[in-house]
Amino acid sequence: MTELSANPPEVSSADGYQQSRQSKPLQTLIRWIGVLTVLLAITPILVIAASWGSDQSDVWQHLIETQLFSLLRNTIVLVLGVTFGVVTLGVSLAWLTVMCEFPGRRFFDWALMLPLAMPAYVLAFVVLGVFDFGGPIQGLLQGIIGEDYRYVDVRSEGTVIVVLALVFYPYVYMLARSAFLSQSSDVIEAARVLGASRWEVFFQVALPMARPAIIAGASLAIMETLADFGAVAVFNYDTFTTAIYKSWFGLFNIQAAAQLASLLLLFVALALFAEKSARGNRRYTQSGKKLHRFRHPLIGLRGYLASAYAWLVLLIAFLLPVIVLLQWVWQEGFAAVDARYFGLLSRTLLLGAIAAVLTIVMALMVAFGRQQTRGGLRSFYDLGTLGYAMPGSVLAVGIMLSFAFIDRNLLVPLYDWMAIETKHLLVGSVLGLLAAYWVRFLAVAHGPVDASLQSIKHTIPEAARSLGASSWDTFWHVYLPMLRPGLLTALVLVFVDVMKEMPATLLLRPFGWDTLAIRVYEMTSEGEWQRAALPALTLVLIGLLPVIQALRQSAR
Amino acid sequence: MKPAINTLEVVVRSLCATVMAVLLMACGEQSAPESEQTTETQPAVEAQSAESKELVVYSARNEHLIKPLFDRFTEQTGININFITDKEGPLLTRLKAEGENSPADLLITVDAGNLWHAAQEGVLAATESEVLEARVPAHLQDEENRWYAVSIRARTMIYNTDKVNAEELSTYEALAGEDWNGRLCLRTSKKVYNQSLVATMIASMGEQEAEQIVSGWVGNLASDPFSNDTKVMEAIAAGQCDVGIVNTYYYGRLMKQNPELPLAIFWPNQEGGGFDQRGVHINVSGAGVTSASKNKAEALQFIEWMAGNEAQTIMMELNQEYPVSAETTLTEELAAWGRFKADSINVAKAGELQADAVKLMDRVGYK
Repeated sequence: MTELSANPPEVSSADGYQQSRQSKPLQTLIRWIGVLTVLLAITPILVIAASWGSDQSDVWQHLIETQLFSLLRNTIVLVLGVTFGVVTLGVSLAWLTVMCEFPGRRFFDWALMLPLAMPAYVLAFVVLGVFDFGGPIQGLLQGIIGEDYRYVDVRSEGTVIVVLALVFYPYVYMLARSAFLSQSSDVIEAARVLGASRWEVFFQVALPMARPAIIAGASLAIMETLADFGAVAVFNYDTFTTAIYKSWFGLFNIQAAAQLASLLLLFVALALFAEKSARGNRRYTQSGKKLHRFRHPLIGLRGYLASAYAWLVLLIAFLLPVIVLLQWVWQEGFAAVDARYFGLLSRTLLLGAIAAVLTIVMALMVAFGRQQTRGGLRSFYDLGTLGYAMPGSVLAVGIMLSFAFIDRNLLVPLYDWMAIETKHLLVGSVLGLLAAYWVRFLAVAHGPVDASLQSIKHTIPEAARSLGASSWDTFWHVYLPMLRPGLLTALVLVFVDVMKEMPATLLLRPFGWDTLAIRVYEMTSEGEWQRAALPALTLVLIGLLPVIQALRQSAR
Repeated sequence: MKPAINTLEVVVRSLCATVMAVLLMACGEQSAPESEQTTETQPAVEAQSAESKELVVYSARNEHLIKPLFDRFTEQTGININFITDKEGPLLTRLKAEGENSPADLLITVDAGNLWHAAQEGVLAATESEVLEARVPAHLQDEENRWYAVSIRARTMIYNTDKVNAEELSTYEALAGEDWNGRLCLRTSKKVYNQSLVATMIASMGEQEAEQIVSGWVGNLASDPFSNDTKVMEAIAAGQCDVGIVNTYYYGRLMKQNPELPLAIFWPNQEGGGFDQRGVHINVSGAGVTSASKNKAEALQFIEWMAGNEAQTIMMELNQEYPVSAETTLTEELAAWGRFKADSINVAKAGELQADAVKLMDRVGYK
């Protein structure tokens, strides 16, 4: 029922009108910043794609003869499984908390975002530890059943899919939640009055209207899945990313690794393009009417079932790993809570906060720029978000290589020319690290920002302009308030993601700029999971703050 | 609508204020190392006094396993050390990309393959050191002296003492035999430690024979390969399998946590003929001076210090790694595990043949 919100045909002429009206200096500036941002985000991808200039046919031959097809199969199964999982979990939970009333709803409303702060590999490790052969669950079962008990191997495809879906569903949940929140009850009530059942309303009205948000969330989850190495490595489940790292670290062939990575990007680009063309020219705007909400009460057993469902998700995706982490922290003692720990903590917060704000600003520019562009040029803006699907280390190296190029060919000659002895280079500077963050997380911010910008009916800012508001006024008093849920969602996502980020931080951090995630890496890469528990738990707890803040802001 | 705008403005303003404060703070913090850097670029006349010197290290050895050594070195020499840690691959790529602009003086890795690769890529400088020639055996250093091992990591067998008698065990190769069907646990072939092991097997017995052995291992696996050595040992202790191949320091760490586990070390390939007696497979953690280094003398001084008794003992205590020099006395803990003969093949072979080893393991389906 997108027709409900789709624009009548004559609106396209108004679009042209809007464009001609808006060719003001401010708009031009914003557009150029947007273009530059996207260019910067594309550069690392181009650096990686440039690997096709070298001939790596022996590696390809080897891969085709041995693993390539099973890796492709695994990757496709994983992506399909995780997509199904995150959409089912994310949409159903968002629907329950926004549209229904059940025991504990107010708690779940924010609590269900918490798994976002849980690094995927931590959940993978905990799940394996608890449910594996030597773990407590199977040990207990064996104790009860006795000799006849046959061990179940949890290191299976199904478990990997479930783990990744549990970690990544908050992307869909958060985006679908803000989409449902911004849907007016009027539309839904109208549909009900016209005779649609509750299920029909859900599938034919609410779901199609939330489609851009759900797709944006699912895309993020898919890209994270493709880029994931930590969680699949815990299960020794080989994906395309495994082949990339194997070529790089095992065969010492970074060119072949880059070729594989760029192929991965091509698939993602094609998938996104396919979705965009399927969506066509439909627009997903809302009426500007004042929203009011009527929550459908789930009474009796149905309410408790809804509650139990939310509990189960929260239990496995968040409470279980937190309990295990707490237990490890307890075992290790609190000797590690020292000055150094607080240094890690403050740098993590610092980098997270600056990077989040910078990235949101950039994403806003990109989204505005994209909106004012038509046709084929729009895909240019979408290119900037592709890097997110690349395995972290590969993208980090792409970023590092492009920065090193700038250092070598621009900064060093410049310093030489100015006869400056101390050479401050981009690689290894705070600025370089921040730039790396917004290159990497532009996609994360772009999703929610662009989705909420798309849902603003363009007649609203036009009305403001025709009433004499300057473009600054329009931005400050019209766009910003209406974009608020999307911006806050983006802010939370980027903040949490930056804090969890490892590969780019590892490679590009200035000396001494270790973060909590670095500490987690150092410990886990040596297999010292217990000692990694304190920084990991801290990351999870900091992740709570923006989640809670965002909720207080967006609660109505 | 009005109050919403106000709260938003407050939020945005406070965020802006935070960012401004934070940026200024970041600049402030940054200026501290800057001033040190200026002293670093001072001409060499002043460099005679080591106090003003500073070394930059790219380390694949993790912070908690290297920082105590840096601190001790600084304490003794007054040479300050700045470092970043990361995996070898990204560090090497960065070193290469930075070229002569690289601030790095030293590269430290935790396996020989990557040192060999770094030398191939031309980012390490040839050095000369009598101290290192005396302390580090020839098979644990580069022929052109571009890198030296600073510690030894032994990859040996661990067995379940309730289910296996040590006399049943003999060599890595024997684990491919029928006796061990369904009783073997291995870590994933994606870990460089296993790649080195197979690479040295290729070096000593040829590719064909090595492929048969590894294929036999895969056939004997009790379960899919595990993601780390500790998981392998836990599976052996839980009875999922009887024997596995792991690095000794993981064993040391696990037994410290849980001394009751029915696990014991077995040193394979100690006797017999041909490659049966080549000794336990070892890999090394090592260091090399970078070509871009402007402080080569101090960088080499650091490696020499690392090979000295004090640093060697710190590494034994930190991570139960074996010393490179026979002159260093083993700690009680390491001595308790027994003496063993180590494979004397040049560890650079592990790098040279690593790609072949990876391909071999792919061919036989060792995941």
